[in-house]
Amino acid sequence: MAKYLLLKHYRGAPAAVNDVPMEKWTPEEISAHVQYMRDFATRLEGTGEFVDGQALAPGGTFVRYDGEGRPPVTDGPFAETKDLIAGWMVIDVDTYERAVELAGELSAAPGAGGEPIHEWLELRPFLTEPPTVTE
Amino acid sequence: MDEALLRSLTPGVLAILVRRGADFAAAEDAVQDALLQAVRVWPADPPRDAKGWLVTVAWHRFLDATRADTARRRREDLVDEERAPGPAPSVDDTLQLYFLCAHPSLTPASAVALTLRAVGGLTTRQIAQAYLVPEATMAQRISRAKRTVSDVRFDQPGDVATVLRVLYLVFNEGYSGDIDLAAEAIRLTRQLAAAVDHPEAAGLLALMLLHHARRAARTAPDGSLVPLAEQDRGRWDTVTIAEGVRILQAALARDRLGEFQAQAAIAALHADAPTAEETDWVQILEWYDELTRLTDSPVVRLNRAVAVGEADGPRAGLAALAVLDPSLPRHTAVAAYLHERDGDLATAARLYAEAAHKAPNLPERDHLMRQAARLNARRHR
Repeated sequence: MAKYLLLKHYRGAPAAVNDVPMEKWTPEEISAHVQYMRDFATRLEGTGEFVDGQALAPGGTFVRYDGEGRPPVTDGPFAETKDLIAGWMVIDVDTYERAVELAGELSAAPGAGGEPIHEWLELRPFLTEPPTVTE
Repeated sequence: MDEALLRSLTPGVLAILVRRGADFAAAEDAVQDALLQAVRVWPADPPRDAKGWLVTVAWHRFLDATRADTARRRREDLVDEERAPGPAPSVDDTLQLYFLCAHPSLTPASAVALTLRAVGGLTTRQIAQAYLVPEATMAQRISRAKRTVSDVRFDQPGDVATVLRVLYLVFNEGYSGDIDLAAEAIRLTRQLAAAVDHPEAAGLLALMLLHHARRAARTAPDGSLVPLAEQDRGRWDTVTIAEGVRILQAALARDRLGEFQAQAAIAALHADAPTAEETDWVQILEWYDELTRLTDSPVVRLNRAVAVGEADGPRAGLAALAVLDPSLPRHTAVAAYLHERDGDLATAARLYAEAAHKAPNLPERDHLMRQAARLNARRHR
């Protein structure tokens, strides 16, 4: 089994095919989208492939150490940041092909007009523990 | 086996061990072991005296653990003076446990976790699941909390207000996860209100019951939020509402008003309205004024602005909102609502979308996004 992170971006991914901001959808289209996401996670729980799914608030702060005895320095949020993560789903699957297949299904979530968004999702493999058996 | 009944015995059993001289941290572990064993053994072999059984098993667990410990001398002292499975613990003992678990030296998250385990009798795994953190994380949080209060004397009087805040926190997060934390918070508050003569404990219990009564109507079958005004009031639990109102009235009659009683009074006025249109906003506004006087919390002032909008019209509500800090959580959502009521749909739609991006949780975000979408769809028709 291998874990993959499916990243959804507020900004920074290539434009989706059905690229209409959510507030321009109808309430029914929003409901259908939410239901699709929920059904997807439920189905993956059923297949034993779901690990975690979380959504992030858009505003973030950068923080760094500023030396002994000083409070950390903070900066941001930066409205112009190019790349902004909206949320993720972590899946635990047998193969890379399966991960791509599932990401494709998630990207088909319906948007405006009830049509698939064709949203670009970023697929990132987790670094794993070193194997015990090496030869 | 009735697990809630089993868990209701937890604080009494723990208090007996502490009274017998066990230190709190070790006693708490021993009681957890006894509870787990009860879950295994009781279905086939139920004891005649449930509490006596738990005390005996927990005490032996404690002695075994102490024996394995370096504190041999202490253990021998304790064995020497071991008493018969003792007198029923007084109500005061349970109260002392609440005080200890909500001790001001604890962070809110630690106090919540310790209360749920030591008073509520939940396992570390159940608490971890309820708060969506790994079990190891929660185990550490609890053992750190126990270390923090290890020097607190068990018979020191505590502050009921700190306990009430912890129970309120448990209740307010209570609708996620497999463990029903809202119901657990109600059980613990009920137990507290019985143990302490304090109108605010009754006020908090009433507040919880009145909100809990609307639970079934708060969410649509698809999981989305249903705002108060749109809820199917036929699905409100009238028995629970009646109990909440009764408890609240008895508390108010004592004439020692506090913030939980005032909040419960607002909830009771909503519960009392047969339809949203018949809500007595004028009286609700009076309670918000009272609440502002009691707490002066910005969140209360924000909710008050909504009440002003309903009682005196959206313009008055917007004026009340204008003096508040725009960075308050849900400020934008309230502004959107008041602008919609005022007929300015374009501004309302823009603000709903903005509020959705700031929303602190997904159901709220989805709800606000739907509000924006609803207005945009109407404007473009």
